[in-house]
Amino acid sequence: MAITDDVLVIGGGLAGITAALSAAEYDTQVRLISYKQSTLRHASGLIDVLGYTPDGQGPLANPFDTLEELPVGHPYERVGTDAVRDALLFFDAVTDDAYAGGHTDANALVPTSSGAVKPTARYPAGVESGLASDPRDTLLVGFERLPEFNAPLAAAHLEATGVPFDVRGVTLDFPGIRRDDAKVIRYAHILDHDERVDIGRGETVARPVLAALVSDHLDGESRVGFPPVLGDDNHDVVRRDLEERLGVDVFEVPSGPPSLPGLRLEDLLYDALEEAGVRVTTGVEVVDYDSSNGHIDHAVVDRTGQRVPYQADEYVLATGGLVGKGIDSERERVFEPLFDCHVEHAGDRYEWFDGDAFGDHPFARYGVSVDAELRPQKADGTVEFENLRAAGSVLGGYDFAAEKSGSGVSLATGFIAGVRAGEVGQ
Amino acid sequence: MSDAAHTPDDGVSSDDEFDPIQVFPESTEMDLRPGADDCYKCSTCDTNCPVAEVDDDFPGPKFQGPEQWRLKRTEDHDIDDSILKCSNCMRCDNACPSEVPLSQMHNTARGAYVDEQMNKLSREYWRNRLLSNYRIMAHLGSKVPRLTNFVMGLGVTRAFNEKVLGITSEREFPDFATETFREWWHNRGGAAASRDRAQAARTSRGIDGDEPKRIAYFHGCYSNYNTPEVGKALVRVYEHFGYEVLVPKQRCSGTPMYANGMLQDAKRAADTNVPELAAAIDEGADIIASCTSCSMSLRQEYPELFDIEDVERVSNNTWEGLEFLRVHEDLESELQGTTADVPELAYHAPCHARNQGLDGQAIEVLSVIDGVDVEDVGDSCSGISGTYGWKEENYDTSMKIGEDMFQHMEGASGETGMTECPTCSMQMEHGTGYEIRHPLEILEVALLEGPEAA
Repeated sequence: MAITDDVLVIGGGLAGITAALSAAEYDTQVRLISYKQSTLRHASGLIDVLGYTPDGQGPLANPFDTLEELPVGHPYERVGTDAVRDALLFFDAVTDDAYAGGHTDANALVPTSSGAVKPTARYPAGVESGLASDPRDTLLVGFERLPEFNAPLAAAHLEATGVPFDVRGVTLDFPGIRRDDAKVIRYAHILDHDERVDIGRGETVARPVLAALVSDHLDGESRVGFPPVLGDDNHDVVRRDLEERLGVDVFEVPSGPPSLPGLRLEDLLYDALEEAGVRVTTGVEVVDYDSSNGHIDHAVVDRTGQRVPYQADEYVLATGGLVGKGIDSERERVFEPLFDCHVEHAGDRYEWFDGDAFGDHPFARYGVSVDAELRPQKADGTVEFENLRAAGSVLGGYDFAAEKSGSGVSLATGFIAGVRAGEVGQ
Repeated sequence: MSDAAHTPDDGVSSDDEFDPIQVFPESTEMDLRPGADDCYKCSTCDTNCPVAEVDDDFPGPKFQGPEQWRLKRTEDHDIDDSILKCSNCMRCDNACPSEVPLSQMHNTARGAYVDEQMNKLSREYWRNRLLSNYRIMAHLGSKVPRLTNFVMGLGVTRAFNEKVLGITSEREFPDFATETFREWWHNRGGAAASRDRAQAARTSRGIDGDEPKRIAYFHGCYSNYNTPEVGKALVRVYEHFGYEVLVPKQRCSGTPMYANGMLQDAKRAADTNVPELAAAIDEGADIIASCTSCSMSLRQEYPELFDIEDVERVSNNTWEGLEFLRVHEDLESELQGTTADVPELAYHAPCHARNQGLDGQAIEVLSVIDGVDVEDVGDSCSGISGTYGWKEENYDTSMKIGEDMFQHMEGASGETGMTECPTCSMQMEHGTGYEIRHPLEILEVALLEGPEAA
C-alpha cells in the first residue's frame, strides 16, 4: 500500500510550506515531506520581494513598480503581479502580528549585522523599531563572545551609508556565557528561561542583569539594537521585558546563519501546517518516482533503507536551489536530481560562472523553467508531467541573491503552486 | 566549489581530457574525510543540539564531528573529553543540509576516546560499561524479578548506585516483568503456535494459504525484560493480519553501547544479531522492531560502523512495527470503524523515530480509530537519550532538556503519554507521573479488543 494523500509537497522550506498551506485551503489531504532541514535556518527571517532589478538597479523604493517589467521566464513574470500580492496577503494572515510591513507596497530598509541596509517587504515585529528610515538615535549592543555581530563596526558602517540618525556601538559581556563558542540557541535559552547567572556579584537572573549592563551605556538614545538572540520560544516576552527595564524600544539586527529569526519563522510556519491539518514527514528523502504517460503515479521515499511509495494526485517540487540541493551539478551538466526536469544551461562548464567572484554568474539563474501554471517544461516547451508543479529556488530565471527576491519568489510561486494543486486535488 | 582532486586548470580549454588525480591514498578503513569536507559550517546542526542549548560546557555537534575529526589528523592531539557529553540523540544527522554523517563521526570519536584515553580502571568506565550492557543486568535481574524490583527500589540501593557507581538516585529503576517476553513466547508455543494462528487468520481473511507472510521480531532488551506487553501486542497484531512471527536469538541492538563509546561490545552483539536476522530474511521474513532506537541501529548504525557479512541486507529489510503494516497492509481501511476505549493520549515522537521519517506516523494511523484522541506534544527532545540521563553528572542537563516536553505534556488534555521509545517513556513518566503506552498497544486494543474485533 502506498501512503496516500491528495497533494504531496516535496521540500520543507518557505516555498514548500507555503504550497502546502495554500493547497490545504481546499478540501484536500496534503502531505509535506522534507529531507534535511530547510535553508530557513540560514535565512535572516526577512521577507524580501525585490530589492534590485535583474540588471542591478536599486535599492528599489517600491518593488511593485518594477515587477511588470521583469523579463519573460522570471518567476514573477510567470505567476503575475497579482499572485505576488495574494501571496503576501496569505503570508500576513499566517504570521499575524509576528510580522510587520504589510501596510505598504514600499520596501522597508532594515539594518543588518554588517551595517548594511537591506530593502525588504516584510520583517519580524522585533525588527520594526530598528528601521533605518526611523530618525531616532540608536545604540547597538554586541557581545564579547559572539563574533557574528560587531556593534561598533556595524554602527560605523551604518553611519557611512548616511542613515538619518546618530548610531553608536558598544560591546558587553553577555551574562551567563563563559565559553567562546557558545551557540546562539544557548544565548536564547538563557533569556527565554531567564536563567540564574553568576556574574561575580552573587547569583541573579539574566534579563535584569543584561538590562542593567546596557542601561549604563545609554546616552539619550531611544532605541537599542541587539544581535538576534533575544529568546526563541519566548522571544516576544524577552523583548518586551528588556524594553520595560530599559525604558526604550528594543529591536534585533538580523544576521547570517545560524539565524534565530529564520528558526522562529520556521517554527511558526510548522505550527501553521499542524493547525491546517497538513501531514508532515521529515528526515527522509524522496529518491525516485514512477510515472506513465506524463503523469506521476507515486514518489518513492527512502526510509533509511526501505523504499516506500507515497502517492498523490498532485505533486509540488520545492526542493530548493543549489544550496538546498534541489539543483545539482556534475562536471558535464547541471540537473534537477529527482524528476530530472530540464535545466537550461551552457554546454561548456566554463560558461557557467563569471571570472569575478562578485560578478554576474549564470549559474545563479540555473533552475527548472515552468509554464504559467508552474509546471516544469522540457527543452521543447512541453510540460514534463501534467501533475507536477515547481516552486521556490528550484526555479530558474532569477538570481535571488543579487535581486534580493528569494523569499518573495518562494512565497508567490509556493502560493500559486499550492492553489493550483489544491484546485485539482480536491 | 571545493574539489580536492582539482588541478589548477584556469585557462585550459575544456575540450582537454581531464584526468582526476588521486590525492589521498586508498584506505580500507572507514573514511570520514568526505564527510568532514562536506561541512560548510552553516551551523544548522548546532541549532538542533539539545545539549548545547542548556549545557555551557558542550561545544556542539559541528565541533564534535568534522572539526574534531580534522584536529585528530594532527599527531598527539587527543579527542576532547566533551565527546562524552553528546547524548547521541542524532538530531544533527537530520539537520545537516550537506550530508555530513555527524552521528557516525560522533560514534567513531567516542569509541576512539574510550579505547585510547579513558582509564579502564575508572569508576566512570565501569559505570558506563554496566549501563550500556543493560541486557546482562536485566538478564540476571529478571531471574528473580520481584526480589530485584524490591532491592532496586530500596533507598539504600539507590544511594549506593549514586555514591559508588555514579548512577543518579533521582530516578527509579524500571520494574522487571515477572514473565519476560521470551518466556511468554515459549510458553505460548513459539513459532509453531504462531504459524497456526497466522494460518487461521489468513484463512478467515480469505488470503491464499500458500502466500508467505512472515516477520522476525527484534524485541530488544526493554520489551523483553520490562514491557513484554509491547511485544505481545506486536505479535497479536501481526498474527491478526496473517503474519507468522519468528523470534530469532538476539542481543542488544547496540544503541546504549555506541552512546557510551563501547564499540567493541556493540560489535560483539552485532556479530550475533546480523547472522541470526539474515537467516530469518532467508526464510522470507522482514525484520520488525517495536523500539525506534533498535530499528535505527539496525538500519543506520550497523552499516555505518560495522563491516559484517549481510549487514546491508539486514539494514534494508528492517522496519518499525507500525511502518511495515502501513506499507504492506491496508491499515487505514482495517482501522476504519474500529473503536478503542483508551484515555486521551499525549504523544512524543522520539528523536530516533524522526530520523526514520516516522514522526507523524503514530498520530496519522491511530487517529482513524474511534475513541482515540492523540495530541502531539511538539518536537523537543525528551532529554534522557538512553543511558545518558541515568548518569549522575548528566541528570540536571537531561531534565533541563526535558522541560519543554514536560510542559507540553502538562498542557495537553490527555494524562496518559504515548511514545515508541522505552527510555523516552521513562523520562515522560519521571517528569509527569503519567502512565506511558506504546502505539502498538493502542492498535492491539482497536483490532483485537474493540467491538468490531469481537
